Amino acid sequence: METMVCNGLCKYYGSIKALDDVDLHLEEGRIIGLLGPNGSGKTTLIKLASRLLVPTEGEVRICGELPSPETKAMVSYLPDRNYLPDWMKTKDLLEMYQDFYGDFDVKRAQEMLNSLNIDFEMPLKKMSKGTKEKVQLILTMSRHAKLYLLDEPIAGVDPAARDYILKTISSNYDETATVLISTHLIADVESVLDEAIFLKEGKVVLHQSVDELRDSTGKSVDEYFREVFKC
Amino acid sequence: MTWKFADDIPIYLQIINIVKADIVAGKYHSGDKLPAVRDLAMELGVNPNTVQKAFAELERQDLVQSERTSGRFVSIDEKDIEELRSDISDAYIAEMFANLRKLGMDDKMIKDAVKRWEDKQ
Repeated sequence: METMVCNGLCKYYGSIKALDDVDLHLEEGRIIGLLGPNGSGKTTLIKLASRLLVPTEGEVRICGELPSPETKAMVSYLPDRNYLPDWMKTKDLLEMYQDFYGDFDVKRAQEMLNSLNIDFEMPLKKMSKGTKEKVQLILTMSRHAKLYLLDEPIAGVDPAARDYILKTISSNYDETATVLISTHLIADVESVLDEAIFLKEGKVVLHQSVDELRDSTGKSVDEYFREVFKC
Repeated sequence: MTWKFADDIPIYLQIINIVKADIVAGKYHSGDKLPAVRDLAMELGVNPNTVQKAFAELERQDLVQSERTSGRFVSIDEKDIEELRSDISDAYIAEMFANLRKLGMDDKMIKDAVKRWEDKQ
């Protein structure tokens, strides 16, 4: 079963081709790294899949469907910026997520928040950048979605919490779900990845299993990335 | 604990080597149950599919047997453990020879150096 498929997907902003004729097939049960330098189209691809943007040409399908309110219910999306009202406390957010999402697992969220010692009474605006990111990621991963779209999920988080979060991602997703993670911190995430996608100037230049990549290049994904995108 | 994996080898192969080394070192005996895929993935900080792939390969090599409902068990004869031990030690020795040859040492010099090192212990 394919969770996400892109056929000839293009997104232009005026004369800028943010995504140019992208074909992708993402299988269920996989954790996939969406990797590329700044401005290579990672966020645009994620926004198209979460229906925040409309393609210029081509299509993206989620579990066979064009983006719609129905696909939105299957997609759990973590944007690359704060999107929650900052006066809300962690406990308010838990309530809001329960109201909004039928697939939200409040027990799982509470467990993870407790493991990271996050105060349920603290409003978002009083939290550090990293803590805010942890809360948002926990909320996103506590849904039982088909497709998780994580845009730069660990950039502001300390290395110890990063390990915990990555373990959480790799152990908590459902076997029929797919996780797409965009990140620059390749060395940190590559041990949990099944596959890597390299985006360069809006085009897919590589989509391969991480094991095959290591086997054929004798390099880690991180090293290989540095070689492909050498400035 | 998150394991430190080498960069240039597929992670599932490194997991296979960890399990084999544990068998040779006597951490696992024949008949012992291996951890569940998800638990080991969590412990090593890797993707469950990677652990699954490593276990499947261990099964293919007849070092592990899976019982449909109760999990995976180590299954190996005493004599095969010896064979496994010599396979692993051969790999270490080959690596040592390769490194020392890079320093310009020939095999005789390497053997002398091993002897000298042994005497110092």
